[in-house]
Amino acid sequence: MDHLKPVPDGVPSEGTPSGGSQPADGAAARLASLMQRSSRGDEAAFAELYDATSARAYGLALRVVRNPAQAEEVVQEAYLDAWRTSSRFDPARGSAAGWLLTIVHRKSVDRVRSAEAATARDAAYHRETEPVEHDSTVEAVHASLDAQRVRTAVSGLTAVQREAVELAFFGGYTHTEVATMLDVPVGTAKTRIRDGLIRLRDAMGVGS
Amino acid sequence: MSDSDIHKLTGAYALDAVDDIERAAFERHLVECEDCRSEVSSLRETTAMLAESAIVMPPPSLRDSVLSGISQVRPLPPIVAPPRRAAWFPVLVAAALVAVLGVGAALWQPWAPSDEGSLTAAEQVIQASDAQRVEVDLGEAGRAAVVRSKSVGKAVITTEDMAPAPAGQEFVLWLESAEGQMLPAGEMPDEPNATVVLEGDAATATAAGITVEPEGEPHVEPTLPIVAVFDFSQAT
Repeated sequence: MDHLKPVPDGVPSEGTPSGGSQPADGAAARLASLMQRSSRGDEAAFAELYDATSARAYGLALRVVRNPAQAEEVVQEAYLDAWRTSSRFDPARGSAAGWLLTIVHRKSVDRVRSAEAATARDAAYHRETEPVEHDSTVEAVHASLDAQRVRTAVSGLTAVQREAVELAFFGGYTHTEVATMLDVPVGTAKTRIRDGLIRLRDAMGVGS
Repeated sequence: MSDSDIHKLTGAYALDAVDDIERAAFERHLVECEDCRSEVSSLRETTAMLAESAIVMPPPSLRDSVLSGISQVRPLPPIVAPPRRAAWFPVLVAAALVAVLGVGAALWQPWAPSDEGSLTAAEQVIQASDAQRVEVDLGEAGRAAVVRSKSVGKAVITTEDMAPAPAGQEFVLWLESAEGQMLPAGEMPDEPNATVVLEGDAATATAAGITVEPEGEPHVEPTLPIVAVFDFSQAT
């Protein structure tokens, strides 16, 4: 895969994505180190962290909240939180990207739920997320490989597992709401979500 | 929810597919269930991978907003590493204290606002338009209330007629993070009527708590049982 990554100067190395169980150890270590530098107030490190993760963060927020302006707000809040709490990131407990995207997702979900409490979800029609522009950044190269692994893993789910996971993750619905939407008992929805995620985890070789 | 049921909530929890009450309950469970902690952690990594399939380049202006935003905010200090605590504060004393305190919610008059012209940090929180209040009546041991403002990002605890901590011990404050971690948030001064701004980021905290800890030691993990819990999802 080396031919895929002529890494330009000044761009963080994203490691060599391989199909293996730990696709991007170099990238993960890099992000963890950037997060730790950020906790010491290193704004340049945080900028680099932003560049390496913002397409994932923004894409995720956009999928959940659907409105680009709101997605930007959510992402900005999430990065601000990540900066402020960066000293609480513990590389022994998980990846920096995972930690960051957890914040993004939680804020996205909070946003749609609180928006719903006030009014009905706006933006009645939602364009499906636009296809990724495969530009020249290292992240895009890296991500398209990872995205392929994700697609492969997702295709290994049963249809009902996939539906439940997608409604919960990208839809931002609670498992109880998912159960009602799918017209299944609450326990069934809960189990589908968990079994689906476990299957994804095992297919993608994510360590704990 | 039976024990076997709650274990199955790992997936929904990792996907944020729980409501606030389920989240609080599951986070209490996580504190004592190593299996679930480990499973949640691996499932969270998995959900982060799912974001790979949603990649969209954000507008360049967002980068500027983020970077100018962080330049105005100081990162929180790290949690200082603990020396191993040699001996536990006798649980019996803490348990007796809890029995005396008899935690229960009650309402009482809010404190009169200060006449000072400029607002203290505590006043900013208490007078914020989004201030949320959780009150706990400690019976004969006094009363305590925590007010949290998400917009200010801080929480304030105020005590009235608070009984003193046992000799050699002190009351220590905690904030429970959205991830279910108990983060030390400072100590209560040794006085019956005090107003203290909790250290740390309260914007996303799910609860605040008070425990009794040995005086003068770094506080890393709360000694159980907790004297009082202020669950923000129960806030008024």
